[in-house]
This record gives sequence, structure tokens and C-alpha cells, in this order.
Amino acid sequence: MKALAARRRHPAAIAILLMLGLLVTGFAYAAVAPQPAQAEASTAQDVAAGKQLFQANCASCHGVNAEGRATGNDDKVAGPALAGVGAAAVDFQMGTGRMPMRAPTVQAPRGEVQFTQEQIDQVGAYVASLAPGPAVPSEEDVDASQGDPAKGGELFRVNCAMCHNFAGSGGALTRGKYAPSLMDVEPKHIYEAMDTGPQSMPVFNDGNIAPEEKRDIIAFLKAVEETPNQGGHALGALGPVTEGWFAWFFGLGILIAAAVWLGQKSA
Amino acid sequence: MSTETVPAGRPADRLRDGDQSVAPASSAAARKAGGFAGWIDDRTSGAKGVNYLLRKVFPDHWSFMLGEIAMYSLIICLITGALLTLWFVPSAGHTVYDGSFVPLRGQMMSEAYASTLNISFDVRGGLIIRQIHHWAALMFIVGLTVHMFRVFFTGAFRKPRELNWVLGTVMALLAIIEGFAGYSLPDDLLSGTGIRAMEGFVQTAPVIGSYLAYAIFGGPFPGQMIIPRLYSAHVLLIPAILVGLFIVHVTMVAVNKHTQYPGPGKTNDNVVGYRVMPVYAAKAGGFFFIVFGVIALISALFTINPIWAYGPYDPSPVTAGSQPDWYMGFADGALRLLPGWLEFEILGFTLSLNIALGALVLLPLVYTLLGVYPFFERWVTGDNREHHLLERPRNNPTRTGIGMAAIVAYSVFMFAAGNDIIAIKLGMSINDITRAFQIGLFVLPPLAFWVTKRICLSLQRHDRDLALHQRESGRIIRGAEGSFHERHDALSEYDRWILVQHDPVAPLELTAEVDENGVARPAARKDRLRAKLSHFYFKDAVNPVTPAELAAAHHDGHHAEALDAEALEAPFDYEGIEGDQDHAPGVGGDGADTEAGASEQGIGSASRLRE
Ligand code: HEC
Ligand code: HEM
Repeated sequence: MKALAARRRHPAAIAILLMLGLLVTGFAYAAVAPQPAQAEASTAQDVAAGKQLFQANCASCHGVNAEGRATGNDDKVAGPALAGVGAAAVDFQMGTGRMPMRAPTVQAPRGEVQFTQEQIDQVGAYVASLAPGPAVPSEEDVDASQGDPAKGGELFRVNCAMCHNFAGSGGALTRGKYAPSLMDVEPKHIYEAMDTGPQSMPVFNDGNIAPEEKRDIIAFLKAVEETPNQGGHALGALGPVTEGWFAWFFGLGILIAAAVWLGQKSA
Repeated sequence: MSTETVPAGRPADRLRDGDQSVAPASSAAARKAGGFAGWIDDRTSGAKGVNYLLRKVFPDHWSFMLGEIAMYSLIICLITGALLTLWFVPSAGHTVYDGSFVPLRGQMMSEAYASTLNISFDVRGGLIIRQIHHWAALMFIVGLTVHMFRVFFTGAFRKPRELNWVLGTVMALLAIIEGFAGYSLPDDLLSGTGIRAMEGFVQTAPVIGSYLAYAIFGGPFPGQMIIPRLYSAHVLLIPAILVGLFIVHVTMVAVNKHTQYPGPGKTNDNVVGYRVMPVYAAKAGGFFFIVFGVIALISALFTINPIWAYGPYDPSPVTAGSQPDWYMGFADGALRLLPGWLEFEILGFTLSLNIALGALVLLPLVYTLLGVYPFFERWVTGDNREHHLLERPRNNPTRTGIGMAAIVAYSVFMFAAGNDIIAIKLGMSINDITRAFQIGLFVLPPLAFWVTKRICLSLQRHDRDLALHQRESGRIIRGAEGSFHERHDALSEYDRWILVQHDPVAPLELTAEVDENGVARPAARKDRLRAKLSHFYFKDAVNPVTPAELAAAHHDGHHAEALDAEALEAPFDYEGIEGDQDHAPGVGGDGADTEAGASEQGIGSASRLRE
């Protein structure tokens, strides 16, 4: 200690301290900072099989090497480049039946899933091998029972309700695009959607919404699905518009029928 | 059935004369016989008034019950609202929720929101009371709107009922303000968004906007004041005014007497219907329970305003599907339709006409136009007579057309407020839908006017045909000499009366534009406008068949078609139509009971005309 203390005024001391400080903060940041998820270890076979599947089913739009293709019609693309979208994006798009897209429309709709989970994983491995991107979340990441629905509800209203509606029933976006209903979506796909920002949706990376918070949101959406409709039939959970239509057509209809019936009854 | 008929004086006087004809009980002893009622009467002299009310005759028609739908829904709102005040806490103070609705437990929220959750989940029967209150509020405004349609399309607003129409308009405006205030109270995400929007609207008022917003909110948005203020308006101020106006409204109906549809025995000078006691009271009372029952049933089966799903208000989030209740929809829709370029800067001040026009101008404009319509029509037609007989909508094609055009314009605004819901449910582009509504706003109302008017005119022509040529039976008869003709079935006099009873109309002609000295009269320009408008109303009027035309048709018929038929069926007797068209050809149907001493005028001529 004495030796150290004696050298504390050494001209190099300041520089060494600075270096040390930088090193510590650097490591600390690296430990805490959101990390780009790495593709899970996948075998070269998976990648090869995935590439084959991709070239057979997706290349027409996304290009033979997933580099994206222009349609030649202005700046419209047949399909975007996929390097860096990650296995999570592939799992979401193929796992919800959005890809392969059947026809070029404003927005790829949900559809029938056309591949087995194994094939989807292989294509995911192939796309992940092109460049690193978000990986498919673990079981634990998406386990609704471990989330806090109340906190998730708050996050949902702040981040998601403006497009997907307060109860996740969906809403309209510009020019025929839409935020789809979130009812009966698999927890894994909810997570992946936040992670990869499909279609018009923005990306909510782990810096915006931490993985546990994503789980809270999943817990909230599952709670919405499971809670009974305390007030009776929810009329689509679309808010006052449907209520008004219901009052006019159904409520008024019955009351006028009753009035006509009473009017016909004479003394 | 009862008929009240009283002769002499203005029609209204004649109608009202009967009101006084209740003889007071002859002696105290006779009065005593009333027991408890007599006891009350001795202290209040109320018998006369009550008797007056109970003996009143009301005509019977389902469309006269539309006003009752509004009335009963209002009463249901008052009852359920009183219950809700027992638990609702009108405060913006912060609290942490720990009630039984798990998905919100532990969240920060206002006391207003927490107490509404409490009513919904922890007060026994609270949720159904909330839902009845809200569904009844929607039905109240639906009811008063269709009631207004009825009054408009039948011309019930004409003299002497214009004031009641104005009163109705004021009530309709108050009703939607009342509804908005109520919608804003629970402080959930939607009501908070609504208040926020309202603040924005107020701010777009040129010059005073931001001061006004500060005054309303007692400081910057949202502050602590707005909920208690809306609360006192919603439970005290506006209901008190509404109920007061409503009592005046119904009293005026009693004083002016209710109008009636034209029909046999029904004239401008009588009221044919049931007395309040016992028939009308039984019907109206029964209808109250039907309305209450239907609303309670809807409330038990269908959710309304699930505030627990919306979450507590917080200025940062908004949700898709943020809409007001339907009656505010037209203003919201106007905002969605107004183009953005209406916002511009003048001298460094921003003028947000894109918002102000929809939010601040449209609402008063709609209700002002409504309120002045009776006066406008009276000025155009120059019709100063009293009207106690309703018009069939087809018999005033221009008014009916104007009404339909107004409804269509209003509906375009209202449906535009749901453009996002339409887009997502029909899978269409919201931009296209909005554009379609913008175009529709200018195209559809004139179209509705034209189509409606054409339909009315052809219905009127059909009525004329029917009156002149009777019903075509579709049976072809071959005469002895080989001629063919169709047999026309006779129309009963009662049926025909409805086709021919209304007044003929013609456009006003321009009177001299200069006075006797050749100087242009100052009023000439106004007269020209009036003549033009009158022309617009009546230029293609189809007038009812006159007795002369009827006689002529009868005559022709003999030669053209009815000749042989005469041998087969009894000749039709036209004598009934002879004479004054103002009088109905018959008293009301079977079992009609006519008040003694009241059989002059219509009834007299009616019985004369009856076979
Ligand atoms: C008909 C053309 C078409 C086909 C076939 C197609 N895609 Fe796509 N794909 C698109 C378009 C267009 C988009 C842009 C998505 C959007 O905005 O709706 C897209 C987007 C994607 C994305 C999301 C990219 C991102 O930025 O997150 C993935 C992943 C994807 N496709 C994978 C696939 C896979 C895997 C297949 C084959 C199984 C496939 N696609 C087949 C047209 C196609
Ligand atoms: C607060 C809502 C209202 C209530 C509770 C109410 C109630 C009633 C009732 C019970 C009647 C008698 C029965 C009937 O003809 O239906 C009536 C008549 C009438 N109402 Fe209303 N009304 C309301 C709003 C309006 C509005 C908005 C208007 C028009 C702008 C209006 C104009 C009239 C007129 C002119 C009559 C006389 C009708 C006639 O004698 O034929 N009312 N109202």
C-alpha cells in the first residue's frame, strides 16, 4: 500500500486511472446494455435445408439470396431484403401464415400456416445465417403466467392501444393498412411482433420495452382473452360506435314494435 | 273512442273551450263523498286541475309514442342516476386501486375512476344500474330524435305549436350536452380523451380560446377542477333545466291539444281519441314498463362503456376506436371530414378553422337551423292558420324532401365518425372512405331531396288515381256487345276521405313591385325571395281531387267502363263527397262515443254524409 501511495502523484497515475474507469464503465455497459439477440446454435444442415426451402418458396419475391427484389414499378418492392431480420421475424411471418404472401396486397394478412415448425425453424436458421438479428424467444420469455397483467395493461395502453384498440380488437391505419386483432395470437408471436416490427408496426426492442415487460403485455392480453365479459355481450369491444348503432337499430326497433303493437290495441 | 268538439272562435279557442266545462261538485257534502280525495281537494282545490288532466282526450297512434320513449328513458336516467350518485366520487384526487378487478389492482388512478370500478365490481347490482343508466341515455336521445322526425314530417310544428318545437330543440341540445358531461365523468381513457378533445375545441375559438379553456378547467389541462364541475352540471344543473322544460313541453301539448292524423270524423276542430283516464293512462303506463323492461333487458345482456377495459385516463395514451357516444358523433365526423388546409396563420396567430368549423360552429348551427325551421316555413307559405290536423308526409313533398336531405347530411357526418371502424370491419382504406364521405356530404343530401320529393309526388298522384278511379281489381269483364273493360272496386268513403282531405296549395304570386305612385316598394326584394321560395315549395304540387273532378270521373266512367259493371254491382253513391271538403265524411269507426252537445260542425256534417 505504501508503495502505491507513494506513487500516487506519478505523472502516469492519472492516465492509468482514466483507463481503468473507462474499462469498468465499458464492461458494465456491455453487461447491462440491450444485446442484439444471437441466433441459436443451429447446424449447417438446418441452414442448408432452410436455404432450399427459401429458394423454392420465397425467392420469387425476396430474391434468390434474400437480397430483396424490385418490381420495376416505381420504387415498389416485391419483397424486402431479409438480411438481419432474424429468425424471430421468419418465425412470426411464417408461423402466423403471413408468409409466403399469396398476392401482393397492401399488407400481408394472417392466414393458414403452410409449413411445419421444423421447416420454419430451418428457414429461420438460414435467414439468421445471413446477418445477426433477433432470435426466437424462449418458453420462459413468453410465459404469461409469470407476467403481471396490471403492469402489462398500463404498458399496452401507452404503447399499443393507439393502433390495436384498448382491448386489442384492432384498428384501422392509413390506406387500407390495419393493426390486426390481438385475440388468440400465440404468446411467442406477440413477443416476436414487438421484437421485429412486422408490416407497419414499429420495432419495440429491448431498450424500449424490456423482455419482462413484454411478458407483462402478453400476460395482459391473455387476461383480456380470459376475463369473462362482466357486462354481457361485448358488441365487438369496439367502443361507442357499435353501441350507438345497436341503440338505433336494436333498441329503437324493439320499442317501435312495442309502440305499434300497443297502438293497435284499442280499448 | 271519445270526441271533443267545441264550436266558435279561433280553432285553438274552440279546442280549449272544452277544458273549462268541468262542473264543480255541487255541494260540500258531495265533495265529502270523495273521502280522501275530497280531503285533499278541500285543502288544495286540486280537483279541477286533476279532472281537467284526467278527462283530456289523446289521439292514439304509435308514432305519438315516440315522445314517450324519450320521456320514459329520461325518467329511467333520473332514477338510476340518483342511485349512482350514492357511490360515485366526483374527484380527480389520486388513489391506488385495490378493489376486486385484478387486472387493474395496484394502479394509480383518480378517485372518480376507482369509484366507478367500485360501482361496477363491488357494489351489488352496481354494474346493471350503470348499464341501464347509459343505455337509457342513448335511448333517450334516440327517442327524442325520432320523436322530432315525427313532429317534423307530419307538420306538427305548425301554428300554434312552434314554441313547443323551439322548446324541443333546446331540450335536444341540452340532452347531448348532458350526455357528454356524463360520458366524461368516470375518467377512464375514453372520457379523458373526450375531455382533452373538448379542451382542444375550446382553444380553437379565435382570440378567446385559450383563456376560455383555462377558465373551464380552472388552470391548465387536466387539473383537478373539471370532474367536479362536470359533475354538478351533470347531476344538478342540466337535469333540473331539462325536467323543467320538459314539464312545460308536455303542459303545452295538453294546452294546445295533441294533433291527430286526418281520418273520418277527425277535423281541425276536434280531438278524437281516448281520455287519459282510464284508457290512455293504462296504455301510457304500460308503455313505461315496456320501455323500462326493454332497456333493462338490453342492459343485462349487452355491455356498454366497459370502463374497466379502457383503463384509467392518462394524458399520454390514446386508443384506436376513441369515439364519443353516437349523439356527439356528427361533430366528431365533421372533424374527420374537414380538410387540413383550413388551418392557417394570420398576423402570427393560428386560425384552426379545420377544427373550429366542426367543433364550434356546426353544433350550434344544426340546432339553430332546427329551431327556426317552423318560422321559415311559415314565412314562405304565408300560412297563418292554425293546424291541428297533421299532414301526411307525402302531402308536403318539399318539406319531406328537406327533412330527408337534412337527415342524410347529419348521417354522413355521423357515419364519418366511425370511419376507422368501417375501414377495419369492411377491410377498406380509411382514406378512400373519408374521401367518399367528403363527396357524399355534397352529393347525397340533394339526391335524397330529389328522390324523396319524386316519391312523394308519385304517391300523391297515385292517391289521386285511387280517389278518381277506385281500386283496379284486375278482373276484365266482357260486355254483351264484345267490349272489354276492367272492373274497378269501390273505395269506401272512409278510405277515400284520407286521400282527398288535405288543402290544395299553389305558389304565392308576386304582388306589385311598385306602389301606387310607381315607386319601388322597399319590401319588393323580400317578396321576390319569398315568391321564389314559395315556388320552390309548391311549383309542382299535386293537389287533391276536387268534388267536381270526382263527379266528372264518375260521369266518364259511365261511358268508358262502368256501364256494364253497373248491372253486376250496386252503383257507387257519390253523394257523400258533395259539399264542403273541410268536413270529414264520417265519425270514427265502431263504438265511437260522441260527447253530448258537441255534435255541431264536423260531426253534424259527418252524420249527414253518412248513409
Ligand atoms: C408475394 C411475394 C412474397 C413472397 C412469396 C414471400 N414474401 Fe416475405 N414479404 C413480402 C413483402 C411485400 C414483405 C413486406 C411486408 C409487408 O410490409 O407487408 C415481406 C416481408 C417479409 C418478412 C419481414 C421482413 C421484416 O422487415 O421484418 C419476412 C421475415 C419474410 N417476408 C419472410 C418470407 C419468407 C420466409 C417467405 C417464404 C416462405 C416469404 N417471405 C415469401 C413478399 C413476399
Ligand atoms: C327532451 C326530449 C323530449 C321529450 C321527453 C318530449 C316529449 C314529448 C311528448 C311526451 C309529447 C306528446 C306525445 C307526442 O306527440 O309524441 C311531445 C309533443 C311534442 N314535441 Fe316533444 N319531447 C322532446 C323533445 C322534442 C323535440 C327535440 C322537439 C322538436 C324539436 C319536440 C317537439 C314537440 C312538439 C311540436 C310536440 C307537439 C306534437 C303534437 O301535438 O303533435 N319535442 N313531446
